[in-house]
Amino acid sequence: MNADAPHAAAGRVGDRPRDLPMARSMCWHCQSEVPGEYFCAKCVKVQPLSKDLDYFTCLNLPRALNLDEQALEDTFHALSRTFHPDYFATKDDSEKAISLGNTALLNAAYRTLKDPIRRVEYLIHLEAGSAGTIRTTPPADLFDEILELQERLDAFRALSPDDAPERRQTLREQLRHDRRSLEDRKAQLDARLSDQCTKWDALQAGAGDDAAVRAQKDEILTAMRALLSNRTYVTNIVHDLAETAG
Amino acid sequence: MATIVGIDLGTTNSLVAYMDGDRPRVIPGKEGRTMVPSIVGFLDNGLVVGDPAREHLVRSPSRTIYSVKRFMGKSVADVAGELSYFPYVLREKGGVIRIQMGDKTYSPPQVSAMILKELKRRAEAHLGEELTRAVVTVPAYFNDSQRQATKDAGLIAGLDVLRILNEPTAASLAYGLQRNARGIIAVYDLGGGTFDISILKLKDGIFEVLATNGNTHLGGDDFDRRMMDAVIRDVRDRHGINVDDDPELMQTIRLEAEQTKRRLSDEPQARMTIPLPEGRGAYERTWSRDEFETLTADLVEQTMAPCRLALKDAGLETGQVDEVVLVGGSTRMPCIRDRVQALFGKTPHCDLNPDEVVALGAAVQAGILAGDNTDMLLLDVTPLSLGIETMGGVMSVVIRRNTTIPASAREMFTTSADGQTSVDIHILQGERELVTDNRSLARFQLKVPPLPAGTPRIEVTFLIDANGILNVTASDIRTGRSQSVQVKSSHGLTDEEVEHMIRDSFRFAEQDVRARQLIEARIEAEAIITATEKALRRGENLIERDEAQAVRHAMDALRAANAGEDHRAIRSKITDVEHITHHLAEVLMDATLKDALENKKLSEVRE
Repeated sequence: MNADAPHAAAGRVGDRPRDLPMARSMCWHCQSEVPGEYFCAKCVKVQPLSKDLDYFTCLNLPRALNLDEQALEDTFHALSRTFHPDYFATKDDSEKAISLGNTALLNAAYRTLKDPIRRVEYLIHLEAGSAGTIRTTPPADLFDEILELQERLDAFRALSPDDAPERRQTLREQLRHDRRSLEDRKAQLDARLSDQCTKWDALQAGAGDDAAVRAQKDEILTAMRALLSNRTYVTNIVHDLAETAG
Repeated sequence: MATIVGIDLGTTNSLVAYMDGDRPRVIPGKEGRTMVPSIVGFLDNGLVVGDPAREHLVRSPSRTIYSVKRFMGKSVADVAGELSYFPYVLREKGGVIRIQMGDKTYSPPQVSAMILKELKRRAEAHLGEELTRAVVTVPAYFNDSQRQATKDAGLIAGLDVLRILNEPTAASLAYGLQRNARGIIAVYDLGGGTFDISILKLKDGIFEVLATNGNTHLGGDDFDRRMMDAVIRDVRDRHGINVDDDPELMQTIRLEAEQTKRRLSDEPQARMTIPLPEGRGAYERTWSRDEFETLTADLVEQTMAPCRLALKDAGLETGQVDEVVLVGGSTRMPCIRDRVQALFGKTPHCDLNPDEVVALGAAVQAGILAGDNTDMLLLDVTPLSLGIETMGGVMSVVIRRNTTIPASAREMFTTSADGQTSVDIHILQGERELVTDNRSLARFQLKVPPLPAGTPRIEVTFLIDANGILNVTASDIRTGRSQSVQVKSSHGLTDEEVEHMIRDSFRFAEQDVRARQLIEARIEAEAIITATEKALRRGENLIERDEAQAVRHAMDALRAANAGEDHRAIRSKITDVEHITHHLAEVLMDATLKDALENKKLSEVRE
């Protein structure tokens, strides 16, 4: 696609990011062949995108985790210019509905891939199914530490602002220290996740998809799933700490 | 193709604009004013909207509706805290406020439709064509019910609302067009009744809203009320008058407080004078800007938390904002400007008229929808999280706030008992954990085939369209059959009610036109009489006695017509007076010119 041509009039002629899988191979309106085109060559009606389109394909990106963010945004803008309901406001109801559906899908794809964490979750969902079921678990080696921390947090919450100002102050200091050390931990988790992402991308870029590669991929996916699970847990506690003790 | 107009339907004032070539323009009324006060006056023989209704407000407060936007999509319980400020009685039907006027009640969309029709008339007169399609703006923080109510208002007024557009985003379009801007902009929009903050990213003509936040119940009205409260207390203490018992006095105080507030934006001090009833003299007080700012400091501060939240949701620090834009008449207050500047560390822009910029932006969007402008595209977000009620009265988020719209989400539902034939679904909007703390949008029942518990699989799709309005569809995964969903809105008019109101609105249209023409003719007649009396006093000695006599006759005839109900008769007598005073006006003009010349030095005249 030509990312330098964002002004290409939407829905008219000109640059299109690239052909995406469409829901049907025939125009819904005039029944002529539409081989992967967004607009029917004959009646110029917009065509619906396939509902099962994956987000990487939708945004014209390889199934990799270190993305070219500029390309991501450019493609999103160009496709928005193609499908957005604002350009179909005076069209008939069928075209309006297709524009709405296509744009909703596009927006979901962009929102998901723009965020590095959601991107990993989505990849796990695509490759291994059901990222929605990733449970939040504390990192195993932090188990005792987190138990103590929770007790301190409870104790701090139980104190009223008026009594024991010194004890309050001490606890607050401790909790802030806890928060800093957890933030470090989160940074470590992020770094490890990033390593896994790079490994995934290398495998993905390499040729072949034999059993050995597949096994390596599964290993990475498992590792990423565990890291995400820990990361969510740590993030939640950091959030609690920030809310409670500043 | 017929023009699509852009309408700013404001709490205090409304405006209509259109694209004149590639420039948006606000359409003025006959007197040249661009703002139509959002006020509707109910007369015995019809209704008046705008400036004439404003006059009506002081004379007949209980028959005049203003600030109706505060009631859009609301129930009486939602506005309980401010009832005492309004001179009219509110009732409720089907979760929707109804305003009692004599023996009739009106829903807020109906009253808004009256304002929309006035704008429609004004635009039709100016453009010389019939208008049926419009873009109408709403506060970005309006929820689904409030947006739907605005759309209903359009329908009732005979306008197809092609787009409900967020006000701060509209403003950014107007600014973007003018400045060809790029980068991160923050739009701070404080209007008569609502506050919005939007953070946008501008690039190559794409206006991408990153986050929005606000308060739909905070605006200039609240600043007026602080001053009113102080005056009401004073009037009671000093004069022993209970203002609550005197709606006329209450409205006089309200208007005077509003005026005083405006003056304090330009001057460090302002004096207010309020005539008291029954010859009890007048209440006078001098306000200093400092005094007013102390009284309202917490209101200014209330706008700061939404600003910080919006920045946080956008993932930005204040320093990353490139430009700050001020929108809404209330941003004329110096305390607002100072506070916004302090927060963002940048001098805010206000080069476009803050009263007009939203309407201008709505016209730009209308141009985009008409296909005339393919350079610009607006990607807006939904301001509030959408969710459904789950076990234990907890809201489960389906579409998170600040998600780019259109946005959709699919949820799977099943049954918990054998043979269950329906599932109740409760849709909510808001950011809190518990159902009771969020806004109930609607309820609906999914029909389910009688099967063992957990077997049915019904997929419900929640789709928020580009207007920020929710659409719900459902389909049975097992059979692939889709089912229509009858969504019962918690705070909205039913389709039948809207239909009924559309019919009513047509039925009364003719009557309304007559009433408006009469009122307008009377206002004009009174202005002409005053001006002619003044001219006669100054110029009687400069004209013949017969001529003066003829002028008096014509004025008497106009006065007589003005006492009647026929606007055509009044118009005709106005023309007579204008005609007969033509010479007098010329004589006065010459005299004035002569005076002016004689008072100047000769050398200046030569130049």
